[in-house]
Amino acid sequence: MTVEHSTSPLLGRLNWESLPFHEPILVATFAVVVIGGVGMLGLITRYKLWGYLWKEWFTTVDHKKIGIMYMILGLVMFLRGFADAVMMRLQQAMAFGGSEGYLNAHHYDQIFTAHGVIMIFFVAMPMITGLMNYLVPLQIGARDVSFPFLNNFSFWMTTMGAVLVMASLFIGEFARTGWLAYPPLSGIGYSPGVGVDYYIWALQIAGVGTTLSGINLIATIVKMRAPGMGLMKMPVFTWTSLCANVLIVASFPILTATLVLLSADRYIGTNFFTNDFGGNPMMYVNLIWIWGHPEVYILILPLFGVFSEVTSTFSGKKLFGYTSMVYATVVITILSYLVWLHHFFTMGSGASVNSFFGITTMIISIPTGAKLFNWLFTMYRGRIRFELPMMWTVAFMLTFVIGGMTGVMLAVPPADFVLHNSLFLIAHFHNVIIGGVLFGLFAAINYWWPKAFGFRLEKKWGLVSFWCWVVGFWMAFMPLYVLGFMGVTRRMRVFDDPAYQIWFVIAGVGVAIIAVGILAMLIQFAVSIIHRDKLRDETGDPWHGRTLEWATSSPPADYNFAKTPIIHDGDAWWDMKARGYERPVGGFKAIHMPANTGAGFILSVLSLIVGFALIWYMWWLAAAGFAALIGYAIFHTFNYKRDYYIPAETVQATEDARTQALAAAAATQG
Amino acid sequence: MSHAPTLNPEYVDETGRPIFHPAEEPHHPEGHSTMLGFWMYLMSDCLIFAILFAVYAVLGGNYAAGPSPKDLFDLPLVAVNTSMLLFSSITYGFAMLAMYRNRVAQTQAWLAITGLFGLCFLGIELYEFAHMIHLGATPQRSGFLSAFYILVGTHGLHVTFGCIWLVTLMVQVAQKGLIPANRRRLMCLSLFWHFLDVIWIGVFTFVYLFGMLR
Repeated sequence: MTVEHSTSPLLGRLNWESLPFHEPILVATFAVVVIGGVGMLGLITRYKLWGYLWKEWFTTVDHKKIGIMYMILGLVMFLRGFADAVMMRLQQAMAFGGSEGYLNAHHYDQIFTAHGVIMIFFVAMPMITGLMNYLVPLQIGARDVSFPFLNNFSFWMTTMGAVLVMASLFIGEFARTGWLAYPPLSGIGYSPGVGVDYYIWALQIAGVGTTLSGINLIATIVKMRAPGMGLMKMPVFTWTSLCANVLIVASFPILTATLVLLSADRYIGTNFFTNDFGGNPMMYVNLIWIWGHPEVYILILPLFGVFSEVTSTFSGKKLFGYTSMVYATVVITILSYLVWLHHFFTMGSGASVNSFFGITTMIISIPTGAKLFNWLFTMYRGRIRFELPMMWTVAFMLTFVIGGMTGVMLAVPPADFVLHNSLFLIAHFHNVIIGGVLFGLFAAINYWWPKAFGFRLEKKWGLVSFWCWVVGFWMAFMPLYVLGFMGVTRRMRVFDDPAYQIWFVIAGVGVAIIAVGILAMLIQFAVSIIHRDKLRDETGDPWHGRTLEWATSSPPADYNFAKTPIIHDGDAWWDMKARGYERPVGGFKAIHMPANTGAGFILSVLSLIVGFALIWYMWWLAAAGFAALIGYAIFHTFNYKRDYYIPAETVQATEDARTQALAAAAATQG
Repeated sequence: MSHAPTLNPEYVDETGRPIFHPAEEPHHPEGHSTMLGFWMYLMSDCLIFAILFAVYAVLGGNYAAGPSPKDLFDLPLVAVNTSMLLFSSITYGFAMLAMYRNRVAQTQAWLAITGLFGLCFLGIELYEFAHMIHLGATPQRSGFLSAFYILVGTHGLHVTFGCIWLVTLMVQVAQKGLIPANRRRLMCLSLFWHFLDVIWIGVFTFVYLFGMLR
């Protein structure tokens, strides 16, 4: 079953008609992107920043810089994903009473697919990976991750996946299948264009990065903890990161394999997920959710860690029930593999199978509930400081509980038969993903920003952002629950029944309020950067933190810790402060560090070329790119010199500077 | 602030006060996590094979009125092929033994023999595929054949990369000798090679032997 298009040997399927000149929205977007892009490249060239960017950032193996780059990637993609959301809300609020709205079906279907793909794979994933990258080595008293080069490579692979998704906006099209690309719709017969191929190769390339960074962080946590830090003395964030990375390594290969099978169906005409010749489309749905359900726990677990750190710091208390928190995390990790079928109870697998998966799903709410009670008991009789991270945490608790409860409703198979694929489901998962993952990321950004940059985020604009987000979220998604009960299914472009419209309009207003929240957050960043001297923190410990990252300077030196700390108790830094720890000021030794390398960037660009060539059927380029990829990888293994030493004098000078800064800060305070 | 006396007894000085920094920096030599990391990579790869096996289990009986295993498989040939891979694992083991005795030439010789067995395996597999395709049993013919080719082919692709890796390592051993970095790499490839052997045992059993019983 192959679809014949005019394909040239040189450019494959790519020709002038692939460029969306007929879509005025895209042409305008493209113009803005080009102008903005040229402007940015011009500024970088004007201020001669290319060398700096290449040497200090693109080729860096420093986990802190890589972490920051992940966060920037996530933020940029977030703006794109949110633009998609605004377009959908606008369309659905307009398309009533015979109106077609302003988006045609071809465009609208790409938008809802791109929105889901981007928000999960290129916003939430990079951001949690960024957080884990930045924090885990610091929290365990290490100087870097286990495989620093691999870390750089992982980041660039993720970025190249994002580049492919962005390229699909202007060259060709993106998938019109929904974010999980179910066959037979995503098969070559119903999706003959390049959209699904963009989807496949973007996820495959980014998936390599995700899997490798998962392996990297597990090895780091297992092998590189400071002396004395037994597993049950690790910070909770490190624990949740460990579990999330175990989930990554144990689930992303499933996605890889599933997408390989889908590619085989599309490229060589095999019959894995076809309706004829012995294929089985529902097998795809099973496989993709065996990856997909653990994926949602990959996203939320690290944020559970964030909320634990924030609650305990801003309540001025040790976390209530540390051990139960760890066990709850591990239980969720295991259970997340036993619930995938609840995403398609309507497959018709029978009452006993559906009951099994319904019950396992409900059981997950028990460890999750235990976590909530732990946070509440941590706050109980604590001296709570309502700084921004704590406010986001409280908002999370209120929002997430509602989202969790609608989730338990969906876990009841008979109820799910009514609510399946309705806007009730959409409201539910946005309720937990925005209320859990996104609010957690905002808490984390406000909490650790001073660590990463040496100054706090300004509070006033942070509050504006917070209130707009919380109010906007409730306004945008509660109407979707109502619409779900009214029977509206997801991914609809036009509506007949006028009774729906008011709810879509309310949801649209909610999104507008969220937009103000996002704008306020960007203003918060800008204002804070401008007033960074006023917001400066020299102590490295602005919140009276409890874990080891607060023992370092802000931002931490390249080597993180001039001398490796010894851990006596959980909440190691709190313990050290309580025992009258004094920072060493001399006797430093040379520090062994990994050296920067451009190999990760080059390999990723080659992967991007191979992916692009495969999408457009440029077979010669795919073959050449693949040969170059293998050749360069082999060439890279001939480089045995991958480390260097920071001389003891440099360490001494850096630490002396910090000693003076600390003294100056103490003098102004006193 | 009440504080539980949970000092780590390993890290207190003579007066019983806590020590916060070790006298000697804990040393993480290059490659200290490599074997753990590589092992985790292998397990993730194993999961890919697990999915392909599962897919074969689901689709393996869907012949779509096309050929079935009994029409296609030539067990004696597959047995010869299996022995190629098993022998290559043994010879890789000999290469590792030679490496532990620091004998460069011997290591290289066993590696070369391992590579030859690997190539024989690939040659026979390609012959088998070509023969089947000649009979009209292409990957497009049925769900069973799609699942067969993707499972066996993915394994074959792994062996191909193993061979490329093996040649690369032979060049590196020739250049630098059995330095720690090269030993570590040989260890990784050893794990990889034996891992493929284990996967093949699964393929031989579940695809070929069980296929003949269907």
